[in-house]
Amino acid sequence: MLSTWFPNVQWDVLLEATKETLYMSAISVVITFFLGLALGLALFLTSPGNLWGNKFLNSVIAIIVNVFRSIPFIILIILLIPFTRLIVGTMLGAEAALPALIVGAAPFYARMVEIALREINKGVIEAAKSMGATNAQIIFKVLIPESTPALVSGITVTAIALVSYTAMAGVVGAGGLGNLAYMEGYQRDNADVTLISTALILVIVFVIQWIGDRITTSLDKR
Amino acid sequence: MINLQSVRKVFQTKDGEVKAVDTVDLNIKQGEIYGIIGYSGAGKSTLIRILNMLERPTSGTVTIGGKNMSELSPKKLREARQEISMIFQHFNLLWSRTVRENIAFPLEIAGYPKAKIKQRVDELIDLVGLEGRGGSYPSQLSGGQKQRVGIARALANEPKVLLCDEATSALDPKTTDSILDLLVEINQKLDLTIVLITHEMHVIRKICHRVAVMEQGRVVEEGDVLNVFKNPTEPITKDFVKQVTEPEETVDTIKQFISEFPEGRIVQLTFIGGRAGQPLITELIRKYEVDVNILQGKITQTQNGPYGTLFIQIKGTESALARAMEFLNSVQVEVEVIHNA
Repeated sequence: MLSTWFPNVQWDVLLEATKETLYMSAISVVITFFLGLALGLALFLTSPGNLWGNKFLNSVIAIIVNVFRSIPFIILIILLIPFTRLIVGTMLGAEAALPALIVGAAPFYARMVEIALREINKGVIEAAKSMGATNAQIIFKVLIPESTPALVSGITVTAIALVSYTAMAGVVGAGGLGNLAYMEGYQRDNADVTLISTALILVIVFVIQWIGDRITTSLDKR
Repeated sequence: MINLQSVRKVFQTKDGEVKAVDTVDLNIKQGEIYGIIGYSGAGKSTLIRILNMLERPTSGTVTIGGKNMSELSPKKLREARQEISMIFQHFNLLWSRTVRENIAFPLEIAGYPKAKIKQRVDELIDLVGLEGRGGSYPSQLSGGQKQRVGIARALANEPKVLLCDEATSALDPKTTDSILDLLVEINQKLDLTIVLITHEMHVIRKICHRVAVMEQGRVVEEGDVLNVFKNPTEPITKDFVKQVTEPEETVDTIKQFISEFPEGRIVQLTFIGGRAGQPLITELIRKYEVDVNILQGKITQTQNGPYGTLFIQIKGTESALARAMEFLNSVQVEVEVIHNA
């Protein structure tokens, strides 16, 4: 039946493309999470009146974050070609998409981390200080645990953005479902391939959103 | 125990300098409950934060337990802070932690081993009366229970000083009293020095031994709670004393009474300490030919003894009135004639 509805779909190729999309998304989400968290913490902590309040450092980080967040992703891929060649050695395949995915998504997530940290009740930080907590203890025992629901919902939104970035990366040679939809679907005029690729991306996005929502709800004890 | 010398804190704002704390000297003794009262903006929040260096003083010295707080290295300051705990108006508990985990928090900071933490948390839960609530999250507790967690958390490291930042201002009157009772209990049981700031004279009256009144960054009046109640000198102190001794309706009641029954003399008697228990009125009626009509009275307990006010109307001949007044003035009672002097 499948072959009557989707005559042009090669299932093994589709499976391979799905795996590539999942691979690119998963690796980039994990690295984006840690890089974005570090950047977001740096943004928050260096803001005036905070633990490491430093106006100069704060504006430097803010500028870097804003610049990379503002460049359209498809242009970022092109701009990063020399950098990607340098560290991955090629411009083809899923690995080659990772640097651009991470550089594009980490600043986006960093802003969300910063917002999440700003939401923390200042009194709780003051209480920790009054107990003689070190800055490291404040970061790992107060700031991160107290902002977990927002950190998780933020990484959920970022992960969904990353799935759509992988599709764009696919067009310039990274493989995955985006590449399949464009090369096999659009270029060869096989509408069924485009359709099924889209459907699979939607399923991936819905699953990510569902998992993210479940985790956020279970973490929030407020 | 705690000594402040010429402590000043000046904030730079767009509208120029703001003197939050202006040349404050204080001396707080070991084991004392010391109250600082003032309206909002008087500088009391800044002052209490200067004690544990959450705010750095612009000038002056703060000595706690022999340590000059502003000269400690960051590491020494963190160690000193473990001995100077703080509780807050809005409790400032970690919502992501259970009651037990919140109480364990300062112990984790101080690097206690796990087994020791568990044992200490159990003791503290008993001490503040939160048996059976250890696994709850702060969002599942009432305000009073949250403050009990705050107190348990503050006592975890066996501090020498407890700072209370408007600790009862967010609580209803009944809960306020139960928290104040708990503070007195730990003050006696643990010989803990307590410094509290508040805008409620009720709190000062109920648990403090000594009080400082703050206005515009300065301490304008200071002393034993009972003495301050007896002889408030500054207008602001008189206002605060009236909060507890003379509720607003008293003034209205007396005014109303005077307009309806203008005859006789209306006198306000103020009893301090042991005098509050003396059968003064009986003596007054027996010895002098006067009629006494009691209008309103109130006895207030402080940590140093009772304090009472009584409004009476005295009627009689001029000479009898004069002798009655002489008698009242001779016993150790403050007398103020407020009508027909």
